[in-house]
Amino acid sequence: MSFGPVHALRAASLTISAGECIGLVGHNGAGKSTLANVINGRLTQTQGAVRYRDGVGELRNSQNAQNAGVRSVFQELSLCPNLTVLENLRIPYRTMPRKGWRRAARQKMIDALDLVFPGHGIRPGATVGNLTIAERQMVEIAIAFADRDREPSLVILDEPTSSLDAAIARQLLDHIKRFCAAGGAVLFISHMMGEIFEVSTRIIIMKDGRIVDDQHASAFTRSSIVDAMGHVAPDDDSADTDQTARTLGAEVVRSPNGLNARAGEIVGLAGLAGHGQAEALAQLYFDHAPKWKSTSEPDVVFVAGDRARDGVMPLWSILQNLSLTTLPEFSRKVMVDRGREAGLVQSWQDRIGIRTDNLLNPILSLSGGNQQKVLFARALASSAPIVVMDDPMRGVDVGTKKEVYQMIRDEAATGRSFLWYSTETDEILECDRVFVFRAGHIAAELTGDEITEENILHASFEMQEAAH
Amino acid sequence: MNDTRPNPIRAVLQKPWLWAYLAAGLTFAATSLIAGSGAGSLFYAALTFASFSAIVGIGQMLVITLGPGNIDLSIPATMTLAATLALKFMDTQTALILPGLLVAIGVGIGCGVVNFLLILLLRIPPIIATLSASFLYQSLAIWSNRGLRIKPPEPLADFATGGALGIPNVAVVGIALAICAWLLLERAIAGRWISAIGQNLRAARLSGVPVNAVRFGIYVNSAICAALTGFLLASFSGGANLNMGTEYMLMSIAVVVIGGSSIGGGNSNVPGIWGAALFMFLIVSMLNSYGLGAGIRLILTGLVIVGVVTLASRKGYDA
Repeated sequence: MSFGPVHALRAASLTISAGECIGLVGHNGAGKSTLANVINGRLTQTQGAVRYRDGVGELRNSQNAQNAGVRSVFQELSLCPNLTVLENLRIPYRTMPRKGWRRAARQKMIDALDLVFPGHGIRPGATVGNLTIAERQMVEIAIAFADRDREPSLVILDEPTSSLDAAIARQLLDHIKRFCAAGGAVLFISHMMGEIFEVSTRIIIMKDGRIVDDQHASAFTRSSIVDAMGHVAPDDDSADTDQTARTLGAEVVRSPNGLNARAGEIVGLAGLAGHGQAEALAQLYFDHAPKWKSTSEPDVVFVAGDRARDGVMPLWSILQNLSLTTLPEFSRKVMVDRGREAGLVQSWQDRIGIRTDNLLNPILSLSGGNQQKVLFARALASSAPIVVMDDPMRGVDVGTKKEVYQMIRDEAATGRSFLWYSTETDEILECDRVFVFRAGHIAAELTGDEITEENILHASFEMQEAAH
Repeated sequence: MNDTRPNPIRAVLQKPWLWAYLAAGLTFAATSLIAGSGAGSLFYAALTFASFSAIVGIGQMLVITLGPGNIDLSIPATMTLAATLALKFMDTQTALILPGLLVAIGVGIGCGVVNFLLILLLRIPPIIATLSASFLYQSLAIWSNRGLRIKPPEPLADFATGGALGIPNVAVVGIALAICAWLLLERAIAGRWISAIGQNLRAARLSGVPVNAVRFGIYVNSAICAALTGFLLASFSGGANLNMGTEYMLMSIAVVVIGGSSIGGGNSNVPGIWGAALFMFLIVSMLNSYGLGAGIRLILTGLVIVGVVTLASRKGYDA
């Protein structure tokens, strides 16, 4: 499978049988999403063939895939934001009776959400654009598993848990196990090793567009997977000593809701997804970034997690996307200093490893994880003392994550402050201090040894338990 | 934008402004054929009239680049108001030409500021804000003008109708402004900001772009372009009148679209403005010289615009 000069998928041969849950892992740009899109028929392979259970040769792959019950949940959320939840269910459900379809779709949607995410609290009549990113992901997953005109036989989940918090992700993993036990098949793409090992019966490892390993899940260990993916995980012990060696400066920022950070500090925002962390960060950014003037010494920069909404400039090249925030910093005068721009972008490509052979290629030619790296570089290249990060690691592979953690620690050691919202516990554990959010407010502040998964979960749920 | 050039010919073929110039060239050839001798004077006239469309078009293009919903519909009224007030101020006195130009530009700045304040403070969509503000400007012009046709000072009229080396003076102004706009968009930091806002306002804001300042500058710039065009057009045609701007409502948008700029924002095209402006004049003079009636002429003009836009936009998406 090729996109112009880019070979996204070179050699991939794969059979998926009923009742299997296949874990698909690989670094960013390894071809995971492309493989998934070839299976579901959204992309037509340039060579080779895809065969489905009851596929007829005459039809196109996408129709065959649909007839065979192949469903997909994409990494880039693909609901229509201006429609309601139940209307979004109606779109793929082509044969729903016209008369009274709203009531039928409402019931189907409630059933589907209850099936996968009991206690979800999402109204079927809500407009998708008003839902949080986690709720949108839940709706999309529920629609994929929903009982429509045909039953789902194979559900492709492309990093489904990256924007879900631990409790919701738990519900999804449980449902995947139930679904496979009942004879369904799942292709599960994820960077989270724990999840891969928990649900997969078989694990496939991809590297540079090829399947390099395909065995029963019990044949792998975490480290053997990371090795096969081609990244060497850095030694964790050295990282920990690094973290304690840092000295913190004076408080550099404080928002009205109590969020604060000291110079050189990495502050985490935790809690269940959609409890106001992202809004608090955006507000903090808006309060400190002028709307009317630009400065070569900004106070704060922002790393977007919701790439399409908050980050990527879709018409631009990688180079232009990367340099946007720092334009006034490196070019001093009115005109863009194109020589310095090229130098800056080149140095960041080397530092953060953006997988492209030409930085003038469009940003959208990159895989999701690599786009995220560009957004990271856009912010870190600035000299701003405060870096605000809104779940910035969505879709970034394990090896790069480790490198970025190290980069963040190094930057913090030079006195920069980080405010870091993350849905992943690993990342929260990297922080010096953690604010746990619940229902839009700070529910707890944890420091040092108090930062544990148990404490965070406890603080996230405290009020709800008390209310019952 | 597209600096990867495996093949220079292909790179040129993919430029969205190509179609505007191609269409302009064809209509020019077709008109010259029937008119016979007057190819040179036709070219001169085309350059003159295209300048007025091009200058308002540049202002409108920058506004449209700001993204969906951004449009300046107050251009005709701003032109009229600026021309009326400036000519009234000069009162045919040669010594007041330069202050008169400053009056026109000042009116432009005023109109632009009012437009943007309506958009920003009252949160009115630009299409409504600029349209309703234009009633205000038009009323002011009527009130100030009272139906009189005020003549421009003699040297100013000579400048606007004259030219050197076969190039009309107004075209020199128009081309100079186009070069400035090109430099702004392709080479300046502010150009990157304009394009970023057009692609994704929220992401631009989160990337540190001073969004209000940029949008303010663009709306004021569009009004200044309109005021300058009004000033030049009134000097060229021997005086300001109340409906002098009417045709420039459609014209300013048509040259942007035919010129190959993306109507969805974020991507603009300066060379195309001039190609489209020439084409818009030549298509009318071609149909004129073929002796067609006003009705047929308008229908054909409309059809040709649709055709060129279809071709140009298809090419744009392929590339």
